[in-house]
Amino acid sequence: MAAYEIEIILNRQLADCLSIPVFITDTVGNLIFYNEPAEEILGKRFEETGEMPVEQWSTEFKPVDEYGVVLPPAELPLVKTLTNSKAYHKSFWIESLKGDNQQISVTSYPIIGRTGKMIGAVAIFWKLTDE
Amino acid sequence: MKIKICGVRGSLTTTDPATVLYGGNTSCIGVWENGWQLVLDGGSGIQKLKLDEKLAAKRIDILLTHLHLDHIQGLGFFKPLFDPEMEVHIWGPVSSSESLHARLRRYLSPPLFPVHIRDLPCQLELHEIEKSSFDIGPFSIMSDYVIHPGPTVGYRLSCNKGVVCYIPDHEPALGERGIINDSKWISGFDLAKGADLLIHDSQYTAKEYQLKKGWGHSSIDDAGFFASIADVKHVLYSHHDPYRTDKQVDEMFAEFTGRTEYPFKQEMAKEGMEIEL
Repeated sequence: MAAYEIEIILNRQLADCLSIPVFITDTVGNLIFYNEPAEEILGKRFEETGEMPVEQWSTEFKPVDEYGVVLPPAELPLVKTLTNSKAYHKSFWIESLKGDNQQISVTSYPIIGRTGKMIGAVAIFWKLTDE
Repeated sequence: MKIKICGVRGSLTTTDPATVLYGGNTSCIGVWENGWQLVLDGGSGIQKLKLDEKLAAKRIDILLTHLHLDHIQGLGFFKPLFDPEMEVHIWGPVSSSESLHARLRRYLSPPLFPVHIRDLPCQLELHEIEKSSFDIGPFSIMSDYVIHPGPTVGYRLSCNKGVVCYIPDHEPALGERGIINDSKWISGFDLAKGADLLIHDSQYTAKEYQLKKGWGHSSIDDAGFFASIADVKHVLYSHHDPYRTDKQVDEMFAEFTGRTEYPFKQEMAKEGMEIEL
């Protein structure tokens, strides 16, 4: 497989240094990297899972609104970023792999290289429940 | 394919007698094949390049990795630019803000240079490249962005004699963990993979690199590791620090090769070297 674009590589290197959970996806939403703080949310280590197709990782979370109603994918920041190549932010609840509900805030942004082409997306997660 | 090393000094030219063995000119390489001539970077070493009188066409192609001064400072003194019969093609990386012409014009115009780029007598054509593939005569060329401050590409030149990879300014180890041991996550890997000859940045010792992370260059250790992952056959470590004397270059290489074991041929790049593939 060809190497990733350097903008993706640099985002991974940055994510490696951060204490906040970061997901990096390709242009169709396949999860190509998540950092150690994100492993806590996923409940799995990146070294164990490697890259995850969008169908796999997106079903492992159950995003819901404040009334417990499941959010359609089109309302999730990362999906909107992948669709529109813009940055989005939203707070909602997810049912984690441990079965508990966590309120989180998600900021997502597109990775757009020097040529103006979108080559991936990043989602940054903050847990709000503990605050 | 003939490769001539015309400039190996990083960042700044040197005139100190203690640097004459490896040379004080900044980045420039000449490549010849089947009546075609390419120039890799236009550092001060370009003054050592002679135009091949047996060129198949009155054309020369200059492939710039980026526009830091040590890679373009010789351009204004390159004779084909002043020959109205010469077709000169300059290839350089796309920037998100300014055209290649606008960026070259900053140097090729007063007060930095007396001649405006628009007044150069040659038939000049500029080509903006990114992750690109293109052919020049017998050469198939691949370019791709590599990690270095500002828009910077590396090149992979292929012809039926072999493959040369040129990445003179490169910091693949930038980050918390250094080079990630997974080829998908290594800047420049696709350019270097399996090359017969890799000319790569090795400006620092491993100890020096710890104080210069983010400056855009490699330690010789990282350059060697990069070459081993890319499975190249021969490496020329280049872009020597301008403050490093010949004696220190030799010591750096001896110290490095004394504690590492790589299966490929490795040498410190030296001005005047010629390699035939």
